[in-house]
Amino acid sequence: MRYMMLLSGTSPSTPPPPELFEAIMKLGGEATQAGVLLDTAGLLPSASGARVSLAGGKLTVTDGPFTESKELISYALYDVRSREDAVEWASRFVRLHRDLWPGWEGQTDILQVMGPQDVG
Amino acid sequence: MDNYEATRSAIEAVWRIESPRLIAGLARITGDVGAAEELAQDALVIALEQWPVRGVPDGPGAWLMATAKHRAIDLVRRRARYDQKLQEAGRDMEAQAQAFGEPSADAIDDHIGDDLLRLIFIACHPVLSAEARAALTLRLIGGLTTHEIARAFLATEPAIAQRIVRAKRTLADRKVPFEIPAPGELAGRLDSVLEVIYLIFNEGYSATSGDDWTRPELCAEAMRLGRLLAGLMPRQIEVHGLVALMELQASRIGARTGPGGEPILLADQDRLRWDRLLIRRGLTALEQAEQIDAPPGRYAVQAEIAACHARARSVETTDWERIAALYVVLGHLAPSPVVELNRAVATGMAYGPEAGLELADSLAGQPALAGYVQLPAVRGYLLARAGRRAEARMEFTRAAGLTANARERAMFRARAAECEEP
Repeated sequence: MRYMMLLSGTSPSTPPPPELFEAIMKLGGEATQAGVLLDTAGLLPSASGARVSLAGGKLTVTDGPFTESKELISYALYDVRSREDAVEWASRFVRLHRDLWPGWEGQTDILQVMGPQDVG
Repeated sequence: MDNYEATRSAIEAVWRIESPRLIAGLARITGDVGAAEELAQDALVIALEQWPVRGVPDGPGAWLMATAKHRAIDLVRRRARYDQKLQEAGRDMEAQAQAFGEPSADAIDDHIGDDLLRLIFIACHPVLSAEARAALTLRLIGGLTTHEIARAFLATEPAIAQRIVRAKRTLADRKVPFEIPAPGELAGRLDSVLEVIYLIFNEGYSATSGDDWTRPELCAEAMRLGRLLAGLMPRQIEVHGLVALMELQASRIGARTGPGGEPILLADQDRLRWDRLLIRRGLTALEQAEQIDAPPGRYAVQAEIAACHARARSVETTDWERIAALYVVLGHLAPSPVVELNRAVATGMAYGPEAGLELADSLAGQPALAGYVQLPAVRGYLLARAGRRAEARMEFTRAAGLTANARERAMFRARAAECEEP
């Protein structure tokens, strides 16, 4: 089963410590090695992005940043046997932030990707 | 889900992720895969008792390893008391266990790649039958329960349990060492590993029996095993070849089955439903294989064939001449009437149905293909393309009578019926 993980959060005023990047690379390496991490990348702040929305039949394009929501920081696509496995990998990832970047707060949303078995 | 249940699920997830590394590390300490698995299970039982009460520790993997390792050393010491010979071995093992270091994650990581590789090689050892290797591999490296393996292979749980017990006993009786094969025997031993992974994949990809055409979760299991192996043996061309082959074939899973569960053959698939991510991963794995300075083997060549399909926008724009040529190469690497039959299809596509039929007809007398569903199926397909519909109908009817898969039977009957249409 595939799961899309979306990390969002609020960064403290301190810059992210290099140890965090190292630890993230290491964890990503472990997940890749285990054959479960299919794809992952960081996302630039929404200031570089845009939003296309539809309301009342009208298309609107808005430039970033999207101030009303937390910044999305990265995505990862996992292929694991169960939702619990996805939760465990995500917990490891969030734990790194707790241990290595004091003050950081955020979340990883785990969403199951629709597979052939869900199309009907 | 209440708190206890939630913790239990979390523990099981940790177990699935950590158990192969745990068993691999313990097998090095005890020199016995069966004992290693039992010790790892013991640690799981302790976790299931303690964690729901005290909470899940911060480094759950390291906790499991530390707990199991203490028990492993106990076991080695206990054994050592009984027998002088065992005592010597025990000291040796204890020294090894100490060299393994205290339960710090780094010490585990230093060895873990080699240990996992040893575990894979022992689970896929040629002294075991292919079925036993597959079950043991799913159990020890995939972290599947006996129940899950039984479900995957449509077997009963006691049958799989017995298969695994026997396999572990065989490894112990034959004193199969827990080691990476010497360079001289590596190629043969690696073949045995790749064969098992591909067998697991194929059991999912073209379910040989039962009502379902595919069991995608079993394919996913094989692909994770393949990716794991590719990380452990990055310089082996065939490992990347097999990974590429599986990713590329799996990219079509969603398009291979219709809304009613009926199979859809390659020629009729909606290519927009092919999984672009898996295609990209497969092509990347193939590039990695190509960068290795070694002759490609059967898996890399099959991956090249699969890549021809993956790159093509339609059946018509597929490079069938290249595919036909690759089947010639494959026929030299892994001669088999089945490969020749596939070559007949590609030849028919590249140079006209009559050319393909000529090849297919030359295979008709092969004893290995007697009763093989795909022989009449391919002949039917080529005959239909040649406009010889009455003959095609007979072949499709014959194919329907030969298959054990209910979905496939229905498809061949439909093909036969199409040949009667005006």
